[in-house]
Amino acid sequence: MGTDAVVLGAGTAGMVAALRMAAAGASVLVLAEGEGGLPLAPAQIDVLGYRPQLVLDPLGELAGFLESRPDHPYRLVDQGEVAASLDWFLELAAPLGYTGSPRLNRLQPTAIGALRPTCLVPETMAAGDLSGGGSVLVVGLRGFRDFHAPLLAENLALAHPPSGAEVRARAVEVSLLGDPRDLRPQLLARSLEERAVLAELGREIRSRLEQEEVVAVPAVLGLERSREVWRGLQELVGRPVFEIPTPPPSQPGQRLQQHLFRALRRLGGEVRLGARATGYRAAGDRLAAVRVMTAARDVEIPADHFVLATGGIGTGGITAGPDGELREEVFGALVSRGGAPDQPLVEYMATQPLDRLGVEVDAQQRPLGRGGEALFENLWAAGAALAGAEPWREKSGEGISLATGFRAAGLAGEARA
Amino acid sequence: MTEVAWGVEAWSEVRASLDSCIKCTVCETACPVAAVTELFPGPKTVGPQAERFRSGGHSPDLSVDYCSGCGICSRVCPQGVRIAELNSRARSELKRERGAPLRDQLVARPGLLGRAGRPVAPLFNWAMANSLVRWAGERTLGIHRRAPVPRATTRTFSYWVGHHSGPKSARRVVYFHGCSTQWYEPHVGRKVTAILEHNGYQVVIPKQGCCGLPLQSNGLFPAARKAVTRLARQLVTGDASNLPVISSSTSCGLMLKREAREILGADSQELRSVSARTYDIFEFLLELHQRGELRTDFKPVPLTVAYHAPCQQQNQLIGKPALEILRLIPGLSLVELDRSCCGIAGTYGVKREKYDIAMRVGEPLFADIHSEGPDLVACDSETCRWQISAATGANSVHPLEILHRAYGGS
Repeated sequence: MGTDAVVLGAGTAGMVAALRMAAAGASVLVLAEGEGGLPLAPAQIDVLGYRPQLVLDPLGELAGFLESRPDHPYRLVDQGEVAASLDWFLELAAPLGYTGSPRLNRLQPTAIGALRPTCLVPETMAAGDLSGGGSVLVVGLRGFRDFHAPLLAENLALAHPPSGAEVRARAVEVSLLGDPRDLRPQLLARSLEERAVLAELGREIRSRLEQEEVVAVPAVLGLERSREVWRGLQELVGRPVFEIPTPPPSQPGQRLQQHLFRALRRLGGEVRLGARATGYRAAGDRLAAVRVMTAARDVEIPADHFVLATGGIGTGGITAGPDGELREEVFGALVSRGGAPDQPLVEYMATQPLDRLGVEVDAQQRPLGRGGEALFENLWAAGAALAGAEPWREKSGEGISLATGFRAAGLAGEARA
Repeated sequence: MTEVAWGVEAWSEVRASLDSCIKCTVCETACPVAAVTELFPGPKTVGPQAERFRSGGHSPDLSVDYCSGCGICSRVCPQGVRIAELNSRARSELKRERGAPLRDQLVARPGLLGRAGRPVAPLFNWAMANSLVRWAGERTLGIHRRAPVPRATTRTFSYWVGHHSGPKSARRVVYFHGCSTQWYEPHVGRKVTAILEHNGYQVVIPKQGCCGLPLQSNGLFPAARKAVTRLARQLVTGDASNLPVISSSTSCGLMLKREAREILGADSQELRSVSARTYDIFEFLLELHQRGELRTDFKPVPLTVAYHAPCQQQNQLIGKPALEILRLIPGLSLVELDRSCCGIAGTYGVKREKYDIAMRVGEPLFADIHSEGPDLVACDSETCRWQISAATGANSVHPLEILHRAYGGS
């Protein structure tokens, strides 16, 4: 009847922690003010992409990276557990056909045609690793403004993978759905699940295909039935097809989110969105309950274990007051700069004082109070809430969330046993 | 307890939440209407984005009228922007500017139709099932000929209340039954009363009017404010001023809990008091169960039931208490339908120009119901039940009807 574990935050870290705890038999409730980063992100799993030079073997180069970044959240998880969390994810996300190895980064094109290091990708993007070069037909859709095929192809032809291989790219634009002025990605995704629309796209692409080895399309190949749509298009076109993530909103991100939400529900867990945590009740060294706002009043939700995965300053897990005071919103945990400089730097793209902002934790991932002691013995933090990372620069976001979310669930499990 | 804001302050909070929009588009991906029609470009586009063009009582276009008001956007927003509430206000401004058609004035007053239908219920029900009458209704009023309409009943719920004498008890609750129970589904009210009495409660049922929700969703704010303020007054009558207020109509319960404050900006001492102690029936029963006070003398109910949590129930942010209670019933095979919206959104889907959109919104839900093939569909909201039954042919009931059956009721 009661809830064993409450997770605050429904992003990657929160969902990973929730799923692992639920798989171990706990009854889990995920509370979140809204959806997390999942529906916005490309759904590619970054582990480590730059340190600052390009990383080819993320797992192998982790130790070296940590030497230069001792405050980084990866310090909390040993290499074996990072690998275990990725293996676990590959199994969890098998219905989406995730593929890749933590020992080898792939170079996948972005929506503006840069090659970006990432580690695991869904099946619909698997043919997009251009580490070894290749010739690509980039297909744009008229009226879909978030995917500019000519720009993408031109930039892609300038990309130089470290293998020295050549990338050739050519852009075509096709009309779909009667060529409306403003095509939105979710409408496109839903339409492409209809056989007739998909067939039309397939015909259009096939008629324009020349010698290209692979075909790149914006990541709008369906939502619920993406693998079917992707396979269907590949058959129609007769070449490997891959999706390139678009700017938000991200269809692959929504697929992954939907998959994780459903997986949790199948394990008896629940994701409750719109629920802002307003406070907590402690009992000695332990956290006894969180308070959550419902439509009329706030209510107390008691549990045995709690995971803080509310993210950083971008998602409101941490806020900055007008006086510059930084605050972790629910528990008032200690917020630190994670080894970033304390004065602004003038160099272009330099690390700034707030770039690595996050919650400070002990070796057991327990958030610290202002006095430097763990706040509660049964509260663990995970993901973007942790201080010390610059995921956009390092290409490490999903890896951190997976590893620390996975470990938080493990620590909760040990405490339970 | 966290203090909630009322009056001007409540609206200021909603309004100020606009500043938190980072244009991340999460709401646009979750919006069930934008997913099926280009007439609605999405909650962010018509809301946080278009709001800057709405100064001086001028609405830039009509697109906000295609918002169904399901509220999913506000629930998924990671920044706490009250998107649905802002868009609801914008819709009322639009109606104030351009006038509301007679049709909207009619469907916004469920009591009017109920009162008209009651004395001639058989005739009314025949007419509503007659394709010629419905065709005429579509042509003259703009109510879609296939849109679900409730069946009128000759005996109202308050008629039954007048003849019912329940057991006296020191533990008492107020029952807010809503218009649908009063005029169309009095059996729901009888079962709520029976369930509460079975659990040792005396049920106080004051004479009560409409909460104003249909008026609000049709943009008729002044009338809606008046309705909800009057209702609150009715619900605190006599010595019932501190009791829990139990609602079995999930969208009307949400009106009292939050929408009157956040969307209408209504405010009165009675409303503040009622709002803070309003409970969804299953929210109340689950709290009883958590305290070990719910009677669990259930008889097996050997049925397969598919449960759909309607949008306004989800917007109460209390999870799915109906599921948790129904899970206690032996013999019941329970399927959780995992879809966001049935499309109807109160009166949205009955309108000629919106019927098709509403049906497309509900399609995934209807498909799941067809493939599950349950004996019954359970859903906490009356208009959603009517939509589900009309679209799928499935029998739909309030989940409390299943609980009532488990307690031995018929």
